[in-house]
Amino acid sequence: MYYNGKELLELAISRDVRLSDIILENEMRISGKSEMEIKQGLKRRYVIMEESAQKALTMPQDTVGAMISGDSKKINDYAERGLAISGDFIGKIMARALSCCEVNASMGRICAAPTAGSCGIVPAVIISVCEKLKLDEDSAIRGLITCSGIGAIIVKNATVAGAEGGCQAECGAAAAMTAAAVVEMAGGTPEMCLNAAAIALKNILGLICDPVAGLVEVPCAKRNASQAVNAVTSADLALAGIKSNIPFDEVVEAMYNVGKMLPYQLRETALGGLAATKTAKKISSRIYSK
Amino acid sequence: MEISMFEVLGPVMIGPSSSHTAGAAKIARIARRVANEDVRKVLFSLHGSFAKTYKGHGTDKALVAGILGMKEDDEEIRNSFKLAQQQGIEFNFVETELKNSHENSVLIEIYDSNDICHKVIGSSIGGGRILITNIDDFEVEISAKNPVIIIKQRDRKGVVSDITSLLAKNNINIGVMRVSRKEKGIEASTVIETDDEVPINIIEQLSCIENIDDVKVLNFTQSQDW
Repeated sequence: MYYNGKELLELAISRDVRLSDIILENEMRISGKSEMEIKQGLKRRYVIMEESAQKALTMPQDTVGAMISGDSKKINDYAERGLAISGDFIGKIMARALSCCEVNASMGRICAAPTAGSCGIVPAVIISVCEKLKLDEDSAIRGLITCSGIGAIIVKNATVAGAEGGCQAECGAAAAMTAAAVVEMAGGTPEMCLNAAAIALKNILGLICDPVAGLVEVPCAKRNASQAVNAVTSADLALAGIKSNIPFDEVVEAMYNVGKMLPYQLRETALGGLAATKTAKKISSRIYSK
Repeated sequence: MEISMFEVLGPVMIGPSSSHTAGAAKIARIARRVANEDVRKVLFSLHGSFAKTYKGHGTDKALVAGILGMKEDDEEIRNSFKLAQQQGIEFNFVETELKNSHENSVLIEIYDSNDICHKVIGSSIGGGRILITNIDDFEVEISAKNPVIIIKQRDRKGVVSDITSLLAKNNINIGVMRVSRKEKGIEASTVIETDDEVPINIIEQLSCIENIDDVKVLNFTQSQDW
């Protein structure tokens, strides 16, 4: 049994298996379902993820606030022309993350991962890493298992709700989950997985949730893009052997404590941060006067 | 770890917000069940972040969609106002303060065709997960993951033991049970979460127990199928 990162890691090390093996076993135990049933459930979610990560790459979505429509296509076209300074791979990751966000903001169908506001990070990275490393769908599903295990630990010991913990809880959890999954997909050790998750979460610690006009568009979409990149770079740092000096569980605890210290104006209420700027107020009155 | 991977990666839902859209739809869908799916008029009283951002997040559309029985992955959620109007269902939204409630909370008051009011208070606690905290003025704690039996009874000796022995006789294991009352000797409620699906004939059997006024069974499961 495990309730935190340390316990999960100890189980994986003592049995010389991957984190995803332990997480999958746990799911079988609590749900009474077979490995195949669980993987099928994840496959259904992966299909939704692929669709939402694809849809806005070529077709701008009509979002409620019309603030992010077409952004996914812009970066996708740009990257496909080979212009991206950060490279095709990063360009595509950002395009996919933005696509999910456009679909989400237009009241389209997405898979929360772990929330809707952060739904672009897991799909963009898992799909792109599979492409880059030429991994099959089973590996993607493995990745999702690792993602969900790390996410469950954050849900259990902290929060993934922006209204409680700010953006660091939502996009931070997504980045941490994804970073750990990428490490495992690339053949890293369980310890590296947790280091990657810790690094990713540290990189976003303290980030507030300040949605302009209360909509999940600005700054959420671009934060999905940047946190997808954060997940990949954190995975690389861990795979290179760099450790997080603060262990994963303590980073999660710190994130939770920071979230509790945030005034409510900075937790999804659209009363502070970017949402309280002059321009945001103008945008807000334009949207709500319709 | 008792948290399922499908709670973390999921729900599959209509955007834009798992707490403000999917969670809202789910709470309203439960309220519809509490009202025995007979909905004529609804008043939504929104608290906290729900009150401040409901228009932008489509919380209003999601709540109405839930009242119509739609699931959180139904692409028709965006058209829920029109669909409700077609069905002749009235709905209104007000902003309110609900005491000791989570940031994302709503009080749903449904008037059925007999003008009886059914009340549900629910909170959307992140990632589409929800908690029902009050049903018809009785405090409850329902996360809608396991089957629930909601019983309204007179506050008399022996009623609770009659309930538990009947469930035991029918091989139904009680997971969590909560008894509360409005006033000593008057109305009380018993909310029972069970491990397994509750067969419908249990409603009839429980209703036959003396001093029991009302029995409702909501067969929730871990999956989104209900």
